[in-house]
Amino acid sequence: MALIEYRGVSKRYGEAWAVHDLDLDIEEGQLVVLIGPSGSGKTTTLRMANRLVEPDSGEVRYAGRPLHSWRPEDLRLGMGYVIQSVGLFPHLSVLENVCTVPRLLGTPRAVAERRADELLHMVGLDPASYRQRRPRQLSGGEAQRVGVARALAADPPVLLMDEPFGAVDPLQRARLQDEFLRIQREIHKTVIFVTHDLDEAVRLADTVVLMRDGRPAQIATPAKLLAEPADDFVRAFVGEDRSLKRLARVDVGGAFRPVSVLRAGERAPEQDASCDGPTHHWVIDGRGKPLGRVKPGDIATPWRTLPTALKPYASLKEALACMLEEGSTVVAVIDDAGVLIGEISLTAIAASSGETGSGGAMELSKTAGTTVPQSIP
Amino acid sequence: MKRWKGALVALASLAFVTNSRMMGAFLGLLFPDIAEPLYPLASPLALFSQHAALAIGASLVAAVIGFLAGVVANFNRGTLRELVLSVGAFAQTVPPVAVLALLVPVLGFGTRPVMLALILYGILPVIHGTAAGLASVPPDALDAAKGLGMGAATRFLRIELPLALPAIAAGIRTSVVINVGTAAIGATMGAGGFGRPIMAGLVQFRTSYVVQGALSAATMAIALDWILAELERWLSLGDSGTAE
Repeated sequence: MALIEYRGVSKRYGEAWAVHDLDLDIEEGQLVVLIGPSGSGKTTTLRMANRLVEPDSGEVRYAGRPLHSWRPEDLRLGMGYVIQSVGLFPHLSVLENVCTVPRLLGTPRAVAERRADELLHMVGLDPASYRQRRPRQLSGGEAQRVGVARALAADPPVLLMDEPFGAVDPLQRARLQDEFLRIQREIHKTVIFVTHDLDEAVRLADTVVLMRDGRPAQIATPAKLLAEPADDFVRAFVGEDRSLKRLARVDVGGAFRPVSVLRAGERAPEQDASCDGPTHHWVIDGRGKPLGRVKPGDIATPWRTLPTALKPYASLKEALACMLEEGSTVVAVIDDAGVLIGEISLTAIAASSGETGSGGAMELSKTAGTTVPQSIP
Repeated sequence: MKRWKGALVALASLAFVTNSRMMGAFLGLLFPDIAEPLYPLASPLALFSQHAALAIGASLVAAVIGFLAGVVANFNRGTLRELVLSVGAFAQTVPPVAVLALLVPVLGFGTRPVMLALILYGILPVIHGTAAGLASVPPDALDAAKGLGMGAATRFLRIELPLALPAIAAGIRTSVVINVGTAAIGATMGAGGFGRPIMAGLVQFRTSYVVQGALSAATMAIALDWILAELERWLSLGDSGTAE
């Protein structure tokens, strides 16, 4: 039984149907992305899950119970809520914002604040320097991180996210997606995520629900959506560069390989006769941070500008973008402390692109055993 | 300490106008020809307390009524809001003197008609402040509050009210300043206050009495304005965070 079930749900605003006869199951622990053109009913669908919008007909069930048998406040306290405009409370500090739901639930202040510190740390903000700040002192990306921390504060089983990363620049968005995915792999929440950005949907989703005119046009794993569009509408929406989009599904972590490293001043070993040694060596500093690359036989010297580096949980698409940016065919891979742990090469990207293209083998572990009902007239 | 300098100056000038010796000496300097320039029938302190009781008492009542009306106006941003604001505006367009003339047959002379006239006159700025403050609460913060599970009462007390408070305080401040000025008409009804020396001065051609009353009322209005302004800044401090 699915955690959240929509059964024949309809909602109209004036003459127009926002959602029309929708059947949808949200399985426990799944990250379900609702995507579609504006006006396709994705936000309305999301807002019906916590009774911010009441359906005109049909029924939504949560944990097997009809939604109208829940008190709206109780329901919402169990569902984290993140919106595009963040909606931090401007008169409260970051700490007080994050503590909102635990305090509503009666958690003692000290416990709630300790939890808030953990969450700030988890979303990548140093508690010591952020907890007393006001929302207006935050950048867009920082505010959105606080928004996510606030939604997770009471450890709700469900997370509702309405274009949560829509208002930040593309670079920030990619980082927020990477970090959210890393967090989601730890906490396994049931997530309904609304976006109009296909790349984001492909990157994050266990299941993509592509909406059209208030009902799903296709419900599928990202790989399946890209490989087998159900009809012309889906094909048009998915677009031409599908193989490129698939790269967003694969993490650098699964495709990078270890490298040979040198300290500055050391001489790189000569290419051996058989020519199967490394074509370059990485230069690192005393703490293992990448400083540049040298050819075999050269003296290791740091680059004038630091080489671009990616974390293992970045996507291959980001890696490709970095290569195009730098005009190189390899990018350094570093851990959270900035220490070089390997490199990702164009060859590796091409290889894994071939794999995902031929059936999405890399995704089986994430999406196995999911059955989603679908009603297409 | 620096922030409260304005309020300290305000309190000092209030002390000056309520002290009979200093006020007498000051008026003596201004009007060397007048033998006894200070209004003799009531001490400046007594005039001040009558005036303050009228103006501040009326403003308190106006603040409560205006706040409640502003909250009601915010329930429905359409017709109800228009209605409440129109009634408030009407109460302010009728001159207090006319209100007094209408009220005396019903309530008689004395403090009561004056209080009522001042209350009616002071409501509108508070309604405006409250309605504007509540309307300025960011809708996304309210949506987030609702979506995170706050009930209507919690949302009002924890989100809307704190965010509207500076605007409400500004409305109350305007109301108080208006009422301190207007309360001078109270003397026509025998309600006392700084209007007494003004009236007596006009009748007896004693300019020094008029100056005493006018100067005192003006000082009190400015002093209260400064003190309330400090209070307002203090209230909005929670919003502005650490000073840059």
